[in-house]
Amino acid sequence: MYVAVKGGERAIDAAHAWLDRSRRGPVDQPVLDTAQIRDQMGLAVTRVMAEGSLYDPDLAALAIKQACGDLIEAIFLIRAYRTTLPRFGASIPIDTAAMRLKRRVSATFKDAPGGQILGPTFDYTHRLLDFRLMADGELPTEPLAEGGETESAATPHVLSFLNRDGLIEDAAPDETPPADLTREPMELPADRTLRLQALARGDEGFLLGLAYSTQRGYARNHAFVGELRIGMVAVEMDIPELGFAIEIGEIEVTECETVNQFKGSRSEPAQFTRGYGLTFGQTERKALAMALVDRALRWEELGEEDQGAPAQDQEFVLSHCDNIQATGFLEHIKLPHYVDFQAELELVRRLRAGLSDQDEDAA
Amino acid sequence: MALLDASGGDIFREEEARMTSSSSKYPEPDGPLLSVRSVTKRYGARIGCEDISFDLWPGEVLGVVGESGSGKSTLLGCLSGQLRPDAGEVLFDTRDRGPVDTLRMSEPQRRHLARTDWAFVHQNPRDGLRMGVSAGGNVGERLMAGGARHYGRIREAASDWLGRVEIDTGRIDDRPRQFSGGMQQRLQIARNLVSGPRLAFMDEPTGGLDVSVQARLLDLLRGLVRDMGLSAVLVTHDLAVVRLLADRLIVMKDGRVVETGLTDQVLDDPQHDYTQLLVSSVLQV
Amino acid sequence: MSDQAYNFAYLDEGTKRMIRRAILKGIAVPGYQVPFASREMPMPYGWGTGGVQVTAAVLTPGDVLKVIDQGADDTTNAVSIRKFFQRTAGVATTERTNEATMIQTRHRIPETPLTGDQILVYQVPIPEPMRFLEPRETETRRIHALADYGLMQVRLYEDIARHGEIATSYAYPVEVAGRYVMDPSPIPKFDNPKLDDCPAIQLFGAGREQRIYALPPYTHVRSLDFEDHPFTASKADHACAICGSGTSYLDEVITDDAGGRMFVCSDTDYCAQNAKGGA
Repeated sequence: MYVAVKGGERAIDAAHAWLDRSRRGPVDQPVLDTAQIRDQMGLAVTRVMAEGSLYDPDLAALAIKQACGDLIEAIFLIRAYRTTLPRFGASIPIDTAAMRLKRRVSATFKDAPGGQILGPTFDYTHRLLDFRLMADGELPTEPLAEGGETESAATPHVLSFLNRDGLIEDAAPDETPPADLTREPMELPADRTLRLQALARGDEGFLLGLAYSTQRGYARNHAFVGELRIGMVAVEMDIPELGFAIEIGEIEVTECETVNQFKGSRSEPAQFTRGYGLTFGQTERKALAMALVDRALRWEELGEEDQGAPAQDQEFVLSHCDNIQATGFLEHIKLPHYVDFQAELELVRRLRAGLSDQDEDAA
Repeated sequence: MALLDASGGDIFREEEARMTSSSSKYPEPDGPLLSVRSVTKRYGARIGCEDISFDLWPGEVLGVVGESGSGKSTLLGCLSGQLRPDAGEVLFDTRDRGPVDTLRMSEPQRRHLARTDWAFVHQNPRDGLRMGVSAGGNVGERLMAGGARHYGRIREAASDWLGRVEIDTGRIDDRPRQFSGGMQQRLQIARNLVSGPRLAFMDEPTGGLDVSVQARLLDLLRGLVRDMGLSAVLVTHDLAVVRLLADRLIVMKDGRVVETGLTDQVLDDPQHDYTQLLVSSVLQV
Repeated sequence: MSDQAYNFAYLDEGTKRMIRRAILKGIAVPGYQVPFASREMPMPYGWGTGGVQVTAAVLTPGDVLKVIDQGADDTTNAVSIRKFFQRTAGVATTERTNEATMIQTRHRIPETPLTGDQILVYQVPIPEPMRFLEPRETETRRIHALADYGLMQVRLYEDIARHGEIATSYAYPVEVAGRYVMDPSPIPKFDNPKLDDCPAIQLFGAGREQRIYALPPYTHVRSLDFEDHPFTASKADHACAICGSGTSYLDEVITDDAGGRMFVCSDTDYCAQNAKGGA
């Protein structure tokens, strides 16, 4: 006699045990330390922090280890953990002009007050596998350049020089408190602050593809990197009991401002416009992509034409940029669907039977 | 909502009655169907259309002519609720409440009007049809939106209308994609007229069609307008189209009306310089 | 035994209050999709996060919880969700429909009729019944606001024109209390009649899409159809090979590689009780 399949619970436990073993790998190798991940896989850590929306390098390293290096899985672990954290309040806006810079480049001016700082970049490395890293991993012999990170003497943004001549749109401070994507449901159409929030935690690959599509003509917005800067900024919070703001810590961020050509429209004069990207950690590709997509999404407020390009369609971009939502829904098709499939089977059989009746009638 | 459902049902029943007896006579009008008062629409500093006023009587077809940029499409948008004018009134003689300013109606009321008593024929049939839905579904949509729930009767009405616009009823389950441009345009007309509207807005309805196809479509439109007692505002740059269809003309330039009058009068004896230029630039047939 | 590191039923009380407000609004406006600030949960979006949040928000320590997926208590995801609540809320669980005070389900409504003392929570992947006709949220919201549902009826019309019948076998759209058109979640259309006039409270949670909606007890729920093509709740034309029931929804099971198959109840509790002669 047929017996329905049972034992889902035991199967799940066994699968988890297998996963634990496979994560550990051969036991004759030393176990990977989360401090090693934090300090030697720094760019993976910052991506997890950026898309996990939680600045904590130690937890990000733990998540990467637990996820066996699957970064989207690691981001998911961080997001789920983040949900359970109490919220004390909001910081005052960080001052990126006061950033302690480790990298700062501008593509629009050969030189600008504060200078160009290449910093630790892959940009001009030749992409040749360095087998020395396989052998040992010793430090380079070249001494570290003088200075390293700049001291916190404020370095003005490059775009502020253009602003003085009115050649670029004004970015006047907006005092309205922004909506909070993590506390309120996304409301469409979304204003720019909400869009930027969504993009900041959006999937790097998805934004990269969209930004690339704008460069190839799907809502081209002629972006120049006005400035890209990476460094440490202070996070300050107003403490009601004290009556003033105090510094509660420092975080590393990447900020990208693009300068975009703009010939003017019915409502706006010809001037340069801006795209903006800001992300946790050293996440340069993400910040650049974010700035291009941000600019593409601004077509309506600037009176530009709707070209029907994916990067201009805020509902399309915002509904699909979150990799945790995307991967969950994509992967849920692995779950049992046999009830629905059975309903479809029955329908298809009935439709086919109906069709053959008709054939007979016709014959 | 109650209001929407109730009135929607009424209109549908009324229409059903009309569909079955298409020869019903219309009572003598006691007022204009549409009264447009000082409608003005600006785009920033630029004028879309300014201070436009006219009356449209039941059964009358009003042609609005002018070159592109003259404001005729802006005017049509303002009248049909697709654009919001900066000033003015658009009074429509509703069935249940008499003349009502459609600009001050609630969105549900205006939409209800748009899918029952109004028709909008776009220049490009793709803008007015659901290209992924069969011809029958396209024609039936207004009936279903109005509450029709009998498949057989909806299909019958769709079939009847395909016949009236000279589309082979055997193609009722084909999608518009498979139709020629002229057929698509006729399907768009059927889709709009199935609810028995009293007022049609037409935006270059014959634009983009071959001359021979145009002639057939104009002929069809003329017949339908006459049989249904339909009133229409017809926007076009094609004077041959208005000569055939319109009772009266408005000539627009730079957002303003420069001349109005009976169609023949305006075309045969244009008064304004601009109208003279328009008329003279068309080859006489 | 519950995990002390987390609040009762995982979510903090502030979040639960926010969700309860959305639920109350949903009950007040039957069939209307209430936006809510869905939280990231420790299971993936699309795997029941909406249902889990709704359950977590209404669960009390005295509740007896049943979790089913495809009608069965022992499918992997049902096991996983039940374990989650055992661990975070420590509530009693059951596989018996009539012993449960709360039932979280994916894709089925239990065969055993529900009572006024029960709450049924559905996991919903895509709450918007118009989604595959109109992908834009801004547009579908307008459609609901204006009850402009002609397009949905057109879809059914197209099915009949093409296939001779309405070719929708699950997630079959319904009209709630004469107003909102609602997606009943991907339950087979066989289950649709159970939605109507049900004594239990029915709550629907869509986590990824951030929507909650509800059917208060004894709400009129009508499956969309045409007068001359009425809705029919259909199932495989067989009896259960285990309990012999001829009225319950059946799973088709392939028994060998020569095309052999059998049909058994999808609702495992109903089947077991029926086999014992107790249902």
